[in-house]
Amino acid sequence: MTALALLGGCILALLGTAGLGALIAQRRGAGARVYGLCLAITAVATLAALASLAAPAEVAAYPIFMPGLGLHLRLDPLAAVFLVIVDLGAAGASLYALGYAAHEKEPRRVLPFYPAFLAAMNLVVLADDAYAFLFGWELMSLASWALVMAHHREAGNARAGYIYIVMASLGTLALIGGFGVLAAGAGGFASAGGGFDFAAMRAAHPGVAQGGIALALVLIGAGSKAGLAPLHVWLPLAHPAAPSHVSALMSGVMTKVAIYGFIRVVFDLLGPAEWWWAMPVLLLGGITAALGVLHALMERDLKRLLACSTIENIGIIFLALGLALAFRANAMPTAAALALTAGLFHAFNHMLFKSVLFFGAGAVLGATGLRDIERLGGLIHRMPVSSAAFLVASMAIAALPPLNGFASEWLLFQAIFISPELPQWGLKIMVPAVGTLLALAAALVAACFVRAYGILYLGRPRGPEAATARETDRYSLAAMIALCALAVLAGLLPGVVIDALAPAVHALAGARMPAQSGGAWLTLVPIADRNSSYNGLMIGLFLALVGLGSAALIHRLAGRRTRRARLWDCGYPGLGPTSQYSAASLSQPLRRVLGAVVFASSERVDMPDPGALRPAGIVKTIHDPAWEGLFAPIGIAVSYAAGKLNHLQFMTIRRYLGAVFVLLVALLLLVGVSG
Amino acid sequence: MIADLALQGVQMALVLLLAPLLTGFVRTLKARLLRRRGPPLLQPYRDLWRLLGKEAIVADSASWLFRAAPYLVFAATWVAAALVPTYATGLIFSWSGDLIAITALLGLARFAQTLAGLDVGTSFGAIGTSRELMIASMAEPAMIMIAFIVSLVAGSTQLSAIAAVMLTYEIGLRVSLAMALIALIIVALAENARIPVDNPATHLELTMVHEAMVLEYSGRHLAMIDLASSVKLLLYASLLACLFAPLGLAPLGSGLAAHLVGLAAYGAKVTGIGVMLAVFETSIAKMRVFRVPGFLGAALMLGFLGTILLFVSRSL
Repeated sequence: MTALALLGGCILALLGTAGLGALIAQRRGAGARVYGLCLAITAVATLAALASLAAPAEVAAYPIFMPGLGLHLRLDPLAAVFLVIVDLGAAGASLYALGYAAHEKEPRRVLPFYPAFLAAMNLVVLADDAYAFLFGWELMSLASWALVMAHHREAGNARAGYIYIVMASLGTLALIGGFGVLAAGAGGFASAGGGFDFAAMRAAHPGVAQGGIALALVLIGAGSKAGLAPLHVWLPLAHPAAPSHVSALMSGVMTKVAIYGFIRVVFDLLGPAEWWWAMPVLLLGGITAALGVLHALMERDLKRLLACSTIENIGIIFLALGLALAFRANAMPTAAALALTAGLFHAFNHMLFKSVLFFGAGAVLGATGLRDIERLGGLIHRMPVSSAAFLVASMAIAALPPLNGFASEWLLFQAIFISPELPQWGLKIMVPAVGTLLALAAALVAACFVRAYGILYLGRPRGPEAATARETDRYSLAAMIALCALAVLAGLLPGVVIDALAPAVHALAGARMPAQSGGAWLTLVPIADRNSSYNGLMIGLFLALVGLGSAALIHRLAGRRTRRARLWDCGYPGLGPTSQYSAASLSQPLRRVLGAVVFASSERVDMPDPGALRPAGIVKTIHDPAWEGLFAPIGIAVSYAAGKLNHLQFMTIRRYLGAVFVLLVALLLLVGVSG
Repeated sequence: MIADLALQGVQMALVLLLAPLLTGFVRTLKARLLRRRGPPLLQPYRDLWRLLGKEAIVADSASWLFRAAPYLVFAATWVAAALVPTYATGLIFSWSGDLIAITALLGLARFAQTLAGLDVGTSFGAIGTSRELMIASMAEPAMIMIAFIVSLVAGSTQLSAIAAVMLTYEIGLRVSLAMALIALIIVALAENARIPVDNPATHLELTMVHEAMVLEYSGRHLAMIDLASSVKLLLYASLLACLFAPLGLAPLGSGLAAHLVGLAAYGAKVTGIGVMLAVFETSIAKMRVFRVPGFLGAALMLGFLGTILLFVSRSL
């Protein structure tokens, strides 16, 4: 059996599991069966995808779905890379869900949709014609929408689901338009299959104008699903509303499927790139990265904070893709390979650590029932294992060596270093500008996760829920530890991952990075020895050696006497846990410095009049530029137009008949004139 | 191979042994400039020794992270310092990390330090963390922009290679490098908690940044943190010296004489930087906390402008 047939079978098996989930959802142990099946199927799919990372492309066509078109599937190295991301993330989430399912009060709202969601994401990546792609895309949107609405009675979730479905529809609409442009270029309805299979689109090269339109539409379609600014507004609402293992999937995996869609169309189907295509991608990527992390810094809801940080990482990946586009358009294939590798590597890394972070958030939610970090604290004492996993994932996402996040961001910085060779002036100005945004975002992420981890796990408990929390179950811990271990391994041995990505990169960029695994000491050398190199293993080894060595030496020579005492706090130890800094006060300097610029944030003291009985407080206001500048005006325009058109609903039957008659005559005239 | 390993070992030991001396030197010199007698030159060594001998007092509410953080801070700082050439280029392990990795290693140290400031759950620890995060969020991108500038000029991000290129003096005077120098001085002042950003000698609660974070530490833990701070100061001094004053740096594979010259030159350069730091600190007042972002923003902007200049001038 070929790998493609096996993966197709996995999709069918997942759909079957979805049916099973619908049937047995109410029974005892349904969760264990459904998630167990999902875990087994996605584990098989991960192995099949890993095995076909370097295999030549494999295609298959089946006479189902659209008449005249059929169903085309294709497994090439790029699809294999993203199948690994999808199915590894799905396997982790399923393992986590084996334990987390016990918290689910209404399993029938989750169990049928979860396997369907997984099947849809696999289908999108395997699809080789526009119809199958869009079918999978819509199934993915709808299944995830159903999962977002699983707890629809909680405040805010129904609104989140509504905004999500509107944005998802907008995205699909743009994608349909984009594929339409490409299909028209590939022969349109004159050719077999209407030009809708990817092979025909790949063979035809659209003109400059058509390519530009298709790029804009795909940027809207895939960008809205991935969370690219300014289409990111749904993401911090919808991702946290779902159950935590689904949040992990949506943030860690579904956004990657959107990135896959972008890469598939722009790097594969559109053909040779124009240099100016890179400009909007770079600009939006840079803005997204900076805006996402600033949002995350202001957030007090743990899962929303993680969703905002997803936006930031999507920005970094798009930045890498924009650089790769610029290099490819200027016939610099090795540089394009470096940037593309950085983007794909970061997509893989983000799946790993963001999943762990959401699992950790789910564990906290299960243990305390709270997502508001202002009411938690001190959980490192109550949840030792999951807090350690969360710490490792936080360090990885903050791009600290020797973990995997640093390796991929380091590659991206190396790609920026060679970009002065780009000949166009627009890019010469743009690249340093987005490089500055990237550097700013990288520094702010560390601040953001110090704040999140410090308020959530460190300090003293701020409420009774945090003081009595219990460590989460074994399955959840196993999922967190497994993905953390992979994150550490990918950080210590980045060369292995880069070599695994090489076939996909070669197919898209026309070159690959130099083979890494053969180098001395497994050092990462992106261009040449004299330019730059990095060795995660060596840095990690040194850190461990020096840290443990100095601790051992000091304990041996200087003694290890330790006394536990009350905290000192400059001589005021009697203050209770409420005197600790809160998350809002911790980020106050940053809010004042950066938030005042970006979000027009302000704070004022609300002092009651003398004699008034209400308490004083600080009123903070934050304005979201994307929401207020783009979406609110559209919403106002839509409701204004709806109000004006409302009287059409209350006309007499004679007027309706008259209107139908006028329309008929107009259409006949149109046909007559054009025919 | 053995000689190379020895060179790396000597350089790492040198940094560790010399670091408290630089701290003590700056402290003594500052006191003299204020016409105080000041502490003896070797006082930091005595402080470390005394702290190591004392028992460590750990608050009830502290977790394992509080006790592990000092060693992680020290390890990350020292490993970063091991990648910076002091008196000779061509360190044997310099390929394992470049200027970006050094910045990130210092970021790792800060990550551990700021988390430790939050661990016990006091408002003083958190006020230090909060301000440190604000300072870092401007200083770190500025540092990366500086790395951009020097790497673009030298065609490498590897610090040993950059120093070797700077040593050849084929670059001449460049506006971008001047911008990088000013930016690096600003970043170095901020990163080392120096006046005008922070005051290393203060114990007035409301003005502390670094000292507030480590307020709960005592004994051997405090010793590790103090040692790491000294190493960091020397790291930045070495960085400034090897990038902008590479005179006398012993090149790769040179003989004993060149190494001795390199050592002497290194001593002179670090002394010079120490004198300048002491004079600067005594002649300027500490800034208000919310003026610091403007100060560091200047460094970030200089870095950005310098990078743009290099990008644009590449085609001329």
